[in-house]
Amino acid sequence: MKGAEPKVTLDLARDSGLTADEYDRILARLGREPTFSELGLFSALWSEHCAYKHSRVFLSRLPTAGPRVLQGPGENAGALDIGDGWAVVFKIESHNHPSFIEPFQGAATGVGGILRDVFTMGARPIAILDSLRFGALDDPRTRHLVNGVVSGISWYGNCFGCPTVGGEIAFAPEYAGNPLVNVMCVGLVRADRLFRARAEGPGNPVFYVGNKTGRDGIHGATMASATFDGHAEERRPTVQVGDPFTEKLLLEACLEAMATGAVVGIQDMGAAGLACCTSEMPARCGTGMDVELSRVPQRETGMTPYEILLSESQERMLLVAARGREDEVRRVFAKWELDAVEIGRVTPGGDLVARLDGEVVARVPVEALTEAPKYTKPVAEPSELAGRRAFDPLTLPEPPDHGTALLRIVGSPTIASKEWAFRQYDHQVGINTLVLPGSDAAVLRVKGTRKALAVKTDGNGRHVFLDPRQGAAMAVAEAARNVSCSGGLPIGVTDCMNFGSPERPEILWQFAEAIEGIAAACRALDMPVVGGNVSFYNETNGQAILPTPVIGVVGLLEDASRRATQWFKAAGHRVALLGPDAVSLGGSEYLWTLHRRLAGRLAPLDLEAERRVQSAVRAAVAAGLATAAHDCSEGGVAVALAEACLTGRAPVGCEAALPAAARPDLTLFGEGPSRVVVSVEPARGREFEALMAESAIQWRWIGLTGGERLVLRVGARVVVDLALEQLESAWRNGFERHMA
Amino acid sequence: MRFGVVVFPGTWSDCDFHYVISEVLHQPVKYVWHRERQLDDLDCVILPGGFSYGDYLRAGAVAGRSPVVEALRDFVAKGGVVLGSCNGFQILCEAGLLPGALMRNECLQYRCQSTHLVVESVETPFTRGLRPGQVLAMPISHGEGKYHADAETLAGLKARNQIVFRYAEADGRVTKAANPNGSLENIAGVANPEGTVLGLMPHPERAAEAAMGGADGLLLFHSLLGSLVEDGSFLKR
Repeated sequence: MKGAEPKVTLDLARDSGLTADEYDRILARLGREPTFSELGLFSALWSEHCAYKHSRVFLSRLPTAGPRVLQGPGENAGALDIGDGWAVVFKIESHNHPSFIEPFQGAATGVGGILRDVFTMGARPIAILDSLRFGALDDPRTRHLVNGVVSGISWYGNCFGCPTVGGEIAFAPEYAGNPLVNVMCVGLVRADRLFRARAEGPGNPVFYVGNKTGRDGIHGATMASATFDGHAEERRPTVQVGDPFTEKLLLEACLEAMATGAVVGIQDMGAAGLACCTSEMPARCGTGMDVELSRVPQRETGMTPYEILLSESQERMLLVAARGREDEVRRVFAKWELDAVEIGRVTPGGDLVARLDGEVVARVPVEALTEAPKYTKPVAEPSELAGRRAFDPLTLPEPPDHGTALLRIVGSPTIASKEWAFRQYDHQVGINTLVLPGSDAAVLRVKGTRKALAVKTDGNGRHVFLDPRQGAAMAVAEAARNVSCSGGLPIGVTDCMNFGSPERPEILWQFAEAIEGIAAACRALDMPVVGGNVSFYNETNGQAILPTPVIGVVGLLEDASRRATQWFKAAGHRVALLGPDAVSLGGSEYLWTLHRRLAGRLAPLDLEAERRVQSAVRAAVAAGLATAAHDCSEGGVAVALAEACLTGRAPVGCEAALPAAARPDLTLFGEGPSRVVVSVEPARGREFEALMAESAIQWRWIGLTGGERLVLRVGARVVVDLALEQLESAWRNGFERHMA
Repeated sequence: MRFGVVVFPGTWSDCDFHYVISEVLHQPVKYVWHRERQLDDLDCVILPGGFSYGDYLRAGAVAGRSPVVEALRDFVAKGGVVLGSCNGFQILCEAGLLPGALMRNECLQYRCQSTHLVVESVETPFTRGLRPGQVLAMPISHGEGKYHADAETLAGLKARNQIVFRYAEADGRVTKAANPNGSLENIAGVANPEGTVLGLMPHPERAAEAAMGGADGLLLFHSLLGSLVEDGSFLKR
């Protein structure tokens, strides 16, 4: 074994992020002290980021099966059959920690990583969605982060050539020390041409392809598995540096190599780089791998085996080819001017053997690396939560003027127009985007078929904070509802679970509850979870973020032309409100924007009602009855109506009478699940009524589109009467004025 | 009519042009690799959008010196027509096949948005079927699209009617507000003096089907196809 490397001790193991218990386990498993390189392998593969040590026991609660599922969790990405010989491949992943340390490269490489996850499956990426959370916008540090993250996404996605079609940006002070950058990617592949990250066939050659290896990102996985103190910036060297051009070449080269039939298996070198690929790929099929590290293309001199194994340099893949067909792989990568170097072989033994110049620097059973300890740590409801929930928002005074309140909410950075960000993203390359960003869900056609996909991400940290189980279920319901409003049948979910430290019982309780909520909602709405990501340790100086599961939903439109958008199209259309009346100001945008309070109870969620409302909306869209369909979420029905008035090519006014609740502010701004605003041409009102009757849901006509004002009545009283111009100015400037 | 769509490493509008030409226009089309020097079997070469060779230098600077672009000079001299959109326009300027240069957007940010273009010159095969003053809707998507030329070049462009499109309002008025990137005099597209090489920043291939929000981009192709005379050559001005 290599003598020049440091001697491994318990202290060194601790410095690498392993506990004393874990170190003992390693000693027992190996029957000896690990070498320095072996310690590096364990520290990376047993990190929370790679091993899901604290979350695995809970994740098994999620439904992952279904008739469309071609690939569930455990691979680079999930895949669902959408018919006509096509499969949709998708996944969401976080890049929170790197984006806080270095927002531009952190976000850029977040995009790069998830793109690779999708194209290693053989799919061509067709859409990116970004779910972003930041601290309060009046803090200059937040503006710096927003600017960096948005430019990073724009730079990487635009240069690579995959459209960014959706996502959300929300603000709350709890994210100030730990912003969230979650990126979802959606791709298409022929259903019988899916590739997997498997090292089958002892004797098959192992190729390293793509970018060269440098010292960037070493310990990235370990960094992402720790909380921040006040010196996060000092960790900048752990952030990777992206190169979207090389990624584009890698995409084309991989797809071309796969088409030759010479590729057996392939995996992205993401977190924990080569260490992860050389152990996970053989572990999936009971093989081993023997690799020579000196053959790894390097862009720096003097790299140690430890560094080569743990580097997280971007735009690299590990590819197992069919023996005897090496030249076909080499030829394709040479065409795209990328390295493709045979660094080793698949072996029968089940060991990962890494050598430097022939000398063994690590010899570990791959199972030991991939079977990290699973923890069932204690959970406990936060003691202060009951008090927060008991708060009744109706004890607060009513706003003196509801119109002014609506202007403030529509102009709050979370609700206001995000055009400032989206105009920096290419959202059309690939010419598939039928519905651009700015509606409930983006819709992309599937060329060569009549079909389209509707895609959406959602997640409300305030709701989940107040009631993790129901809040998370509502996130699933809302993302699916957005897809349904666009005309898509929700067919699958990917989830990104952003939480604080799981070593704190109250955080793990939030996580466990949220998983239960997601599982229940996915079952009720018949959507399997086919992949996702857990991001723990989102806290700085002991201040955790709001618990934020971000839910990505993919929906299928059988007929791409039968789709809907959220904005009113013309004057004289009738407006209907579908869904239950129950709403609450607890955890609402209203309560935060007007009173800076995070408290109260959520309105109840009835998953059966949710299912029926979504099915009714889809039926109305499919029948061509809905000229607009828009989900009521943050800001309640008043904001939903304002958005329907404002977000189209030309604003269209609306006059509506809303059912009276305890107070007008509750009626206008109360938030509750399963509610949708739909507009219908008057000539088809009867048909719509018949369809709603058939759907057995609660619904009512509430008004008419037209004019240049938004006029809202509660009972007989006019509570909002605003010129669209005034609303539009608040909505357009609410976010952008901070960024100018 | 035989089309070739050039593929540089880093090009991404290649598939989109290919799709529109073959699936919407039903014309023969093939991809042309950046190392290709033989273009004799083509009537029209398209330089699509993207980040050729990564564009880590100036946009189009490396591609402007590539084998396929060198071959274009001969192709143009023999009467072939060339359309460069987005990165393709940048490449044509870098290669000196079109006058002027494209600089970083005035706002210093990438811009993806819809724009309106007013047609200034109908003396190119791509605009022959349009009328002067006609307004077309076409999206843009670029970070370096601010057209610049020195005073002498600009005067020459005007004298030879080489300014083909300007960014405009929906009613055709050329205003500062309608200029998405700070281009000199709202210039969105220019041609060579013969009209056979056209470069524009907007993406006609993204406005080629009603389903994609509009089909004004197709008008350039319809003009082009209508410009062919019976012997297969183009109607010259």
